[in-house]
Amino acid sequence: MIDASRQAVAVTTPFSIWIAFQTIVIKEIRRFARIWVQTLLPPAITMALYFVIFGHLVGVRLENTQGYTYMQFIVPGLIMMAVITNSYANVVSSFFGNKFQRSIEELMVSPTPEWVMLLGYVIGGVARGLAVGIIVMLLSLAFTGFMLQHVLATLLVVFLTASLFSTLGFINALYAKKFDDISIIPTFVLTPLTYFGGVFYSIDALPAIWQKISLFNPIVYMVDAFRYGLLGSGQFNIALSLLMIAVLNVVLFVLALQLLKKGTGLKA
Amino acid sequence: MFDALQVTHLTKRYDTRGVTALDDVSLSVQPGDFFALLGPNGAGKSTLIGIVSSLVRKTSGQVKVFGVDLEDNLTLAKQYIGLVPQEFNFNQFEKVKDVVITQAGYYGLPLALAKERTEKYLRKLSLWEKRDQPSRTLSGGMKRRLMIARALVHEPKLLILDEPTAGVDVELRRTMWEFLTEMNNAGTTIILTTHYLEEAETLCRHVAIIDRGKIIENAPTKTILSGLNQQTFLLDLQAAAITPPVLTDYDCRLIEPNVLEVVLKKNQSLNPLFQQLGEQQVQVVSMKNKTNRLEELFVNLVKHPDGVAI
Repeated sequence: MIDASRQAVAVTTPFSIWIAFQTIVIKEIRRFARIWVQTLLPPAITMALYFVIFGHLVGVRLENTQGYTYMQFIVPGLIMMAVITNSYANVVSSFFGNKFQRSIEELMVSPTPEWVMLLGYVIGGVARGLAVGIIVMLLSLAFTGFMLQHVLATLLVVFLTASLFSTLGFINALYAKKFDDISIIPTFVLTPLTYFGGVFYSIDALPAIWQKISLFNPIVYMVDAFRYGLLGSGQFNIALSLLMIAVLNVVLFVLALQLLKKGTGLKA
Repeated sequence: MFDALQVTHLTKRYDTRGVTALDDVSLSVQPGDFFALLGPNGAGKSTLIGIVSSLVRKTSGQVKVFGVDLEDNLTLAKQYIGLVPQEFNFNQFEKVKDVVITQAGYYGLPLALAKERTEKYLRKLSLWEKRDQPSRTLSGGMKRRLMIARALVHEPKLLILDEPTAGVDVELRRTMWEFLTEMNNAGTTIILTTHYLEEAETLCRHVAIIDRGKIIENAPTKTILSGLNQQTFLLDLQAAAITPPVLTDYDCRLIEPNVLEVVLKKNQSLNPLFQQLGEQQVQVVSMKNKTNRLEELFVNLVKHPDGVAI
């Protein structure tokens, strides 16, 4: 006899969707916390070296930039660089790892809606981006004073930037077929864009043609907006920068969701 | 009442490889059934299961689970299904209990209920003592049981097992048979693919055989076995023989000096055989089926034109 009393638990109610979402986020946070030597420590060491070498040893010989000491100028950019690389790395490595060992099938056979899957991974990436951002910010206190002029703008820009690069990491992981494929974009696209994104210099210092080219680099606006949040002034309109990052977030999220629904890189 | 699973004109073509894995497959599984899906390697069993559990995209056709079309309400259909895949596909770095609790979370089960169910199924599958171990440290048999516990945590109405006893020792296989029978008796519809035809014959009430993407047999196990044309027996003889005994109406041959292989056609009985052997002073110590009955039928059905059963 069929046990008529046994009913499937519906993953369609807001509460059960919340549980599924929470499960993915907690799993992601537990993952990067468990391997903190690989995920949290390296960016702390790298950024401390940047502070010492560029900010302290080299920076003291340089003139003020946009009215700030060189150390003050590079702190927001370095924090943002850490947030970008770590939020991207978290999602691309975690999702591809799950694909590689096929544990992603646990999620694919479940009734968790695709948007919850995607959002869960993105928030997991944001969590690592924020964790690393906070660590780097605390480290910076050893080299310069506490700077936080616009709290809301700072939080917004760091959250939106982390979510944007988490989503990009997700798309990369969907298409990746081997481990090499998850390091190509960070190495050949993300790192150059970040280094040319105004982290170490003001784009005013560039020749006119490079200034114009730099305006097509979205990381320029993210670094500038974050610099506005921490230091109180930036080169571009903060509202426009935030709007641009938000729009990019929506576009990439929708794209990632469509790819996920189609089963790109997941279903034969 | 709806069928537990209804597959209609299902086709799957892998265009890049130019392979048709499923070719217009239709079958249905009754609620409460214990259903075996048999077929040689590459026949399309895993593709069929993959489509039902939404891991593989279909090319055309329709799949309904308890009346719910996967196209119309995939979320609801997924809630009815528990899948135990062929390959180990859990996160090898997670603890045993976390593998199950996480799966419960994906199905929207609150943590307290998830923990309760995890304990229930890990105990049932004798894994509770291992709950805090990393899952990668489990033996092959334990990993299989872990996947069963994981598939059951949301208490599905339809449990699909893709070769659950592959590589499992005999004792554990028997324990798993008992467990699956218990689940089936409690009302869970079970679909099983296996290479152990003895397993299918022992457990399943209905058998479908798939070969090169087509269903070539689909009937209750009893009906299939009653259609078997012949059985082969191995008789252990007390004394070694040089030549086989001369038997009227029975094909026989010596495969070892004291092992006689005898083929019994449908409607032939064993009594005249033993009578003839007795008359020729051939003493039989014991006898057994050379292969199990379903295996005999399977080999005949999937025999390919070159004469080789694959």
